[in-house]
Amino acid sequence: MTSNLESELFVFLLATFVGFEVIRRVSPLLHTPLMSLTNAISAISLVGSIVIAGAAKSELSTILGTIAVVCSTANVVGGFVITDRMLKMFKKREPGK
Amino acid sequence: MIETYFIQFTYIAAAAAFVLSLKWLSHPTTARRGVRVGELGMALAIVGTLVHHEIVSYQWILVGFVLGSAIGLPLAVFMPMTHVPQRTALSHAFGAFAAALVGTAEYYLHTDKLTTFTMAALSLEVILGFLTTTGSLMAFGKLQDLLPSRPLVYRGQNVVNLSLFAVAIGVAVYLVLNPARSELFPVIAVLSLLFGVLLIIPIGGADMPTVISLLNSYAGLSAAAMGFVLDNKLLIVAGALDGSSGFILSVIMCRAMNRSFANVLFGGFGQVQMAAGAIEQRPVRSASPEEAAQILEAAASVIVVPGYGMAVAQAQHKVRELYDLLTRRGVDVKFAIHPVAGRMPGHMNVLLAEADIPYDRLTEMEEINPDFPRTDVALVIGANDVTNPAARHDQGSPIYGMPILDVDRARTVMVIKRSMSPGFAGIDNELYYMDKTMMLFGDAKSFVGELVKELAGARVGA
Repeated sequence: MTSNLESELFVFLLATFVGFEVIRRVSPLLHTPLMSLTNAISAISLVGSIVIAGAAKSELSTILGTIAVVCSTANVVGGFVITDRMLKMFKKREPGK
Repeated sequence: MIETYFIQFTYIAAAAAFVLSLKWLSHPTTARRGVRVGELGMALAIVGTLVHHEIVSYQWILVGFVLGSAIGLPLAVFMPMTHVPQRTALSHAFGAFAAALVGTAEYYLHTDKLTTFTMAALSLEVILGFLTTTGSLMAFGKLQDLLPSRPLVYRGQNVVNLSLFAVAIGVAVYLVLNPARSELFPVIAVLSLLFGVLLIIPIGGADMPTVISLLNSYAGLSAAAMGFVLDNKLLIVAGALDGSSGFILSVIMCRAMNRSFANVLFGGFGQVQMAAGAIEQRPVRSASPEEAAQILEAAASVIVVPGYGMAVAQAQHKVRELYDLLTRRGVDVKFAIHPVAGRMPGHMNVLLAEADIPYDRLTEMEEINPDFPRTDVALVIGANDVTNPAARHDQGSPIYGMPILDVDRARTVMVIKRSMSPGFAGIDNELYYMDKTMMLFGDAKSFVGELVKELAGARVGA
């Protein structure tokens, strides 16, 4: 087992625990924005797609990488924008109403 | 070398930003800050990646950015809030597809150099990625009514699905041990794509909240697996966060529908259990808008119980008017939100917030259930099974054990409903036959409109 692999498993384990703890505290009120935000965040797979699309190692990898960049970018852009659009609508009662 | 340090720095900063982003999302007052810091993290990571030494040409990256934004932006800006579940299903498909394609590209680039572990992670990435892609597309089709939202079931379905999945796993294991057998790779891809379709076909519309959460989790896990393949810890962190979020949400949805998690994982869920036996004809008390408005006017406290029917009838803005009128008269109006109200977790809250109903009036099930006995009127709009008292006491009922809103404990119950037809689970709701229940027959939007007219008229007259 390489040390790389070991530290990666550690990271995965710890991030999963952090995820459970943080997400458990999100109010059910915001579960829909939560899903669109985590979706945008996991579209970080964009960074992997970028390297493959730009490395020009083979025709196939460039094509697959470019399609992957398209899909991930759509999620990054769309995910953050719609999350913010939803959150903007959550307002407290106006005083005097 | 300096470039490697720079990339590492941006990735660590991005990982921290993502955790903070989710932490701030926990409350509406800080949630938008959460989005900002998430965007910042993403921007940093992208800039860091663009200086990567392997990148020799930016042409296709740029094309991808432009096309991706052209797809993602309109979907986010113009999608009506009732269609957010569809958009979410699509974005799960996009995310999973990207992961699957990257996995495929990596496999063909490094076929000879893959270690056993990398190959295992790669297989997981590709299997989860492809099955989530088609599964999410099926979910999208059902939500968008392109496909029948009723479950499509046939004999031996579980056996067929599970054996298909077993074959895919078997081939993957063989490939992990013999990575050079590249002719087997397309087999895994095709089987996974097919399995995704078969997995979602038997699931009905009302189970979409669970399905979407589960697909969310799978999409996250495929991104994490991609992190293992590419030796990229940021991807592992983000994928793990997404995976655990989807997992938590699916557990919450399962509990809210009283299904076990195993039940969900093995795909035997979402089948309509038809209650046997004819539904007996019993008398119900129906009332006109005038009568209902008079009772609402005299009430001190009202709890509105919205269901997906309200959203289908586009009644939420009329409901807001009703809320305004009653609140101005000093009536305490609250909204009781069942966890599975809507087509995805939290969907109903978004729909009501869009109609400008303040979020501190939206109350969760556990919190509001003790209030029902002290409430004058419970007004049910487009909700059915989640208000059926049979879930509490009738062990023979298909929904027995499902947590419900204790609407029947309010002093008066009003139910706006088109007709007496049974709900999704195909069972009669005994709530409708209680002495204190008034059935208000009609379309949700027009009936609430009538109520608003009555109340506004009385106000002018007074």
